[in-house]
Amino acid sequence: MTQDLTTVDLTTDLGGVTLPNPLMTASGCAANGKELHRFFDIAELGAFVTKSVKAEPQSGRGTPRMAETPSGMLNSIGLQGPGIEAFVTTDLLWLQSVGARVIVSIAGESSEEFARVAERLVAAPAFGAVAAIEVNISCPNVARRGLVYACDPESSATVLRLVREVVPRGIPLLAKLTPDVTDIVGIAEAALAGGADGLTMINTLLGIAIDIDRQRPHLFGTTGGLSGPAVRPVAVRAIWQTHAAMRAGRIPSAPIVGVGGVRSGRDALELTLAGASAIQVGTATFNDPLAPVRVLGELAGLVADRGARYADLVGAAHPI
Amino acid sequence: MTATPVRDRVTRVDAAVRASEPAGDYRRLTLVAPEIAVLATPGQFVALAIDGADSALLLRRSFSIHRVSADAGTVEIVVADAGPGTRWITRLRAGDEVSVVGPLGRGFTAPSAPRPCILVGGGYGSAPLFWLAESLRAQGCSTHFILGAATELRLFGARSGADSVDEMVVMTDDGSAGATGLVTQPLPELLTRTHAEVVYACGPMGMLRAVTEIAEAHGAQAQVAVEEAMACGVGVCMTCVLPITGDDGITRMSRSCLDGPVFTGTAVRWDVIADGRVAVPADCLGAPAVTP
Repeated sequence: MTQDLTTVDLTTDLGGVTLPNPLMTASGCAANGKELHRFFDIAELGAFVTKSVKAEPQSGRGTPRMAETPSGMLNSIGLQGPGIEAFVTTDLLWLQSVGARVIVSIAGESSEEFARVAERLVAAPAFGAVAAIEVNISCPNVARRGLVYACDPESSATVLRLVREVVPRGIPLLAKLTPDVTDIVGIAEAALAGGADGLTMINTLLGIAIDIDRQRPHLFGTTGGLSGPAVRPVAVRAIWQTHAAMRAGRIPSAPIVGVGGVRSGRDALELTLAGASAIQVGTATFNDPLAPVRVLGELAGLVADRGARYADLVGAAHPI
Repeated sequence: MTATPVRDRVTRVDAAVRASEPAGDYRRLTLVAPEIAVLATPGQFVALAIDGADSALLLRRSFSIHRVSADAGTVEIVVADAGPGTRWITRLRAGDEVSVVGPLGRGFTAPSAPRPCILVGGGYGSAPLFWLAESLRAQGCSTHFILGAATELRLFGARSGADSVDEMVVMTDDGSAGATGLVTQPLPELLTRTHAEVVYACGPMGMLRAVTEIAEAHGAQAQVAVEEAMACGVGVCMTCVLPITGDDGITRMSRSCLDGPVFTGTAVRWDVIADGRVAVPADCLGAPAVTP
């Protein structure tokens, strides 16, 4: 790379918040920062996205929790985490101390739990480190027999509305969507109507692996989320469809945070051209703990090669 | 060779393979990774990527460090061909390159004063124990080693490791080498005879549980190195968890890559571990509420 990459304009707007670059970790693929900070300075990233946190501590599921699949993996962790109280008093404080821009991923089993978690987060002394909140609505709604919030427009809108009520304006809410739906544009529209400022897409796809020797599901939790390069075309499709609907004026315009199978700068650029304003690196981090900063460097080189600003490339593959 | 700067006692390097030698059913690989060699302690592990940046096998494979040479800048591991990923590693030859992350995890803790120590290795689980034995000996401890496996070919270190220890007992399930029986069989007598206060063990979960129970019955501590399936090895994937009871009496699903791979045997909740599956104990922190 011959260009001086520090002069490349990688800034991106995330619903009113400007980030110095579009690269992020993906929730659940980077723990809460300390582990990767041993390998690189996480403050170099546009933002660090934390593991989804619920109101109370969560043990997560039994093991096996993962199965390797062609160019990917299934995981069934069960949102293991410390609960919001311990999160704000330890993890968030630490993230602030190293200067990270933090996107906190929140989850809940009821829409009220989402709001309760958000309320506690907003009240935290370290809330100043929070650049945005990602609302992980790709988790089961206990009140509706485990139907995933993000599979139902109305439930999606309700969660976003309740969270929006307790989070100050100026802190963008990103709704994290599952691709396991008939019409992802409809869910995106409902989330935006509920109060989301942006969309993170995609979460994992539901899958099952069977241990053919024992003749039973491989994962302790039976089903798992499929991630890795294998799902990248699905992410590109979901981003494409949603961004196209925005360009056509069918749904309001909002930033899309692209995630799904990004392993290289070229992959990140592909999601950008489909319509993503920011990029999360998830499963690739398991292969390479430096993947998020490596992809950032590769992307910077590709943007420089094109003599462009990053923001000009967002959605540039669309004909209109 | 490229290496990232060491920020916090761990790094990722593209290591050249210096040697790959057969050892029974396994292969012993010598990797050139001086940054890792100077940092590692017995019981720690390394995580190897499979093939290059476009590999369809994304998850790293973790191996306990067999030994290091800080002078030569090398790290040795012992690999069993257990599937497509490990098979790729067993086919590496001198001059090939492989991405290595390490050193990872918490290793073994030596006694605070010179004491008799017992080491129990099952299958290639013996790999990290010879280096440990040498370091214990250097601290004045006597070392008594029980090496066991299903068959002679599955033993690792029966000959090469004999010089590292003061006493070696070899056991095989089928009697093809040493005495016939399980690796845990000679342990009670050895504990009684040596008055060892600590037993270091690495091998299958069933063996580690048995070692823990026998050690406890003799008033000794067991330090067990577990082998859990890991996707990343560095603490971010949350797949390698085990229920571990802390000093505060609370059981948590702990990452064996960060809090382990060496645990105090009695801290492991063996009651929920069986047949390659681990359940969440009902009294674990954050365990799901029991649905009526």
